[in-house]
Amino acid sequence: MDLLRFSTAGSVDDGKSTLIGRLLYDTKTIFEDQLEHVEETSRRRGDERTNLALLTDGLRAEREQGITIDVAYRYFATPRRKFIIADTPGHIQYTRNMVTGASTANLAIVLVDARKGLLEQSRRHSFIASLLRIPHLVVCINKMDLVDFSEERFEELRAEFAAFAMKLEIPDISFIPVSALLGDNVVEHSENMPWYEGTPLLYHLENVHIASDRNLIDVRFPVQWVVRPQSDEHHDYRGYAGMVAGGVLKPGDEIVALPSGLTSKIASIDTLDGPVDEAFPPMSVTLRLDDDLDISRGDMICRVHNKPTTGQDLEAMICWMTDRPLTARGMFALKHTTNSVRAMVTDVQYRLDINTLHRDDGVHELGLNDMGRVTLRSTGPLFYDAYGRNRQTGSFILIDESTNRTVAGGMLLGISG
Amino acid sequence: MSTYELSHLRALEAEAIHIMREVAAERERPVLLFSGGKDSIVMLRLAEKAFRPARFPFPIMHVSTGHDFPETMEFRDKTVERLSERLIVASVQESIDKGRVVEDSGPRANRNRLQTTTLLDAIAEHRFDAAFGGARRDEERARAKERVFSHRDEFGQWDPKNQRPELWSLYNGRIKPGEHLRIFPLSNWTELDVWQYIDAENIELPSLYFAHEREVFRRDGMLYAVSEHKPLQEGEEPFMCKVRFRTIGDMAVTGAVESSAATVEDIIAEVAAARVTERGATRADDRFSDAAMEDRKKEGYF
Ligand SMILES: Nc1nc2c(ncn2[C@@H]2O[C@H](COP(=O)(O)OP(=O)(O)O)[C@@H](O)[C@H]2O)c(=O)[nH]1
Repeated sequence: MDLLRFSTAGSVDDGKSTLIGRLLYDTKTIFEDQLEHVEETSRRRGDERTNLALLTDGLRAEREQGITIDVAYRYFATPRRKFIIADTPGHIQYTRNMVTGASTANLAIVLVDARKGLLEQSRRHSFIASLLRIPHLVVCINKMDLVDFSEERFEELRAEFAAFAMKLEIPDISFIPVSALLGDNVVEHSENMPWYEGTPLLYHLENVHIASDRNLIDVRFPVQWVVRPQSDEHHDYRGYAGMVAGGVLKPGDEIVALPSGLTSKIASIDTLDGPVDEAFPPMSVTLRLDDDLDISRGDMICRVHNKPTTGQDLEAMICWMTDRPLTARGMFALKHTTNSVRAMVTDVQYRLDINTLHRDDGVHELGLNDMGRVTLRSTGPLFYDAYGRNRQTGSFILIDESTNRTVAGGMLLGISG
Repeated sequence: MSTYELSHLRALEAEAIHIMREVAAERERPVLLFSGGKDSIVMLRLAEKAFRPARFPFPIMHVSTGHDFPETMEFRDKTVERLSERLIVASVQESIDKGRVVEDSGPRANRNRLQTTTLLDAIAEHRFDAAFGGARRDEERARAKERVFSHRDEFGQWDPKNQRPELWSLYNGRIKPGEHLRIFPLSNWTELDVWQYIDAENIELPSLYFAHEREVFRRDGMLYAVSEHKPLQEGEEPFMCKVRFRTIGDMAVTGAVESSAATVEDIIAEVAAARVTERGATRADDRFSDAAMEDRKKEGYF
């Protein structure tokens, strides 16, 4: 049993909450007291029927406005997999929430109302999934009951989406005709759509192959913490703890530590349960080396002939997440893997229109929820890969040093000129 | 040939270890809040995973209401000794004696609310800047949007509108003097995950979690252990019953469930089939108002 993280973003009324509610309900994840509570709240609000959307609705202010405005995490499991849903609102003013939810997702579900077709919101969700390099996209054509479960309509929408998807960098896209309300093709195969030969949504979620989505080629081990017991028993112990960000490490491997460039061999890969034969993403382990190198937090351990880019001049696509606009010469704390430096945004090259993916070359300022291409100069070198190659070593956040708020999420592009 | 797959438990474990090490690296004075409950016991195991063979880079703190189950206290002391780590006890009784808080009276009075002041006082006294808690997002709705690194202002308050976005596994551990962070390494775990992990890791738990004969009584539809901290009201009859506890806290608010689950496997089967959340089943104090939890969180509750 492994773990799949997926994001859902939906515009109001396309049936996202109903779909999630059904997944939770049909996998027996909703408890009686939660259901009772939701029934009671629905009654009190004068809703016609039990509003399953209330299950995914957390905070009071949001309840009052009747909308979800943050990322809510939901959990369910089947005997095959555990699932983490990052449930995000779909409106353009919540782009930052969508980006946050998408950052950790293996898969994205985009809902399309079968009657309305491919609207701006669904396009935007797909673009965000693509920019954040979510490798799997499931397009649920919902409310099929309202179009007479028509195969023709489904094929029409599928073709329309496929044409649009040429612009996306998503390797795996699936289409499923569903009725979230009635349950068709959510958990069980729909009897109303015998023409559909694919699998129901849950089966798809349980079986989609995600193991090879991680980068298992380029060894990347950002040193997070140095384990140095000050005890007699472990007098000479010195271990480098961290989470594997890429590749497969084995004892005996020759490694190089950046920035020092010093080389050594992996003596052992330690865990509380004893040494292990190999470590791969996203394991948290402790490496011991044959030689006593001077290595500290923020350093990167990799293979001698496969090093990440080292640089201070960075090109990135960022999502701006705070009210105060970003302009050139803004100075921030930048956190990348376990490395913290300061960085100046030297240039805002363009804003990306996330409804169309067009570049607004004339715009050199990013407002709340804008995405755009920037150039940065950091005070110290980063050891990074292009985000498209490794989502862990290719991502960073910017922090406002006066408020300590996280103000941007960024994705590094290839080597800059 | 290896397929390089990680089970869901090992993936959650790796994430929690990562979180703990980030805090140790970025904060100067963390502390691990230990309640004696299974979630905090699991946190201790994760801390061992993150930092052994060295000592934990932080002490363990128990906020004791003074109405703790004797089994919890015994378990706590034994565990701390086995780990040879440092324990700090923050006492609600002391807060009452010092006049920092006033105790409620009446049959439904309990000290859970008072814990907030004791906790915040202890955080201030020891100048802790990050406190690990065992809360999980699946516990109830107000927590579904909680961050892993949850920012608290200088009054220990949580502002739902002012939480930092958390992207990838990049956590923002920066705070101003006087502020602190609550850290929830088990955010993405469910109750079932916790039990499966306890099983997989063979983690020892207080006997309270397993079915045992106990003298109980019924109030507001729940079962409570008979104790000096919860005097019987008129018409309430104590009786013997085979019960266990799904959460462990103050004796006065922690309800028992009828159960014959004697082993971790029995409990996993019971949890998998359960139709009521653990809080709904056994935490009287959460049932009073819709937004009870959210209000308490704003005040600085766990
Ligand atoms: N007929 C039909 N109605 C649906 C379906 N899915 C959702 N709805 C209805 O569409 C409305 C909006 O659904 P909801 O889940 O609240 O949408 P959300 O705003 O995307 O979360 C509700 O009245 C639902 O009952 C469906 O598959 N068929």
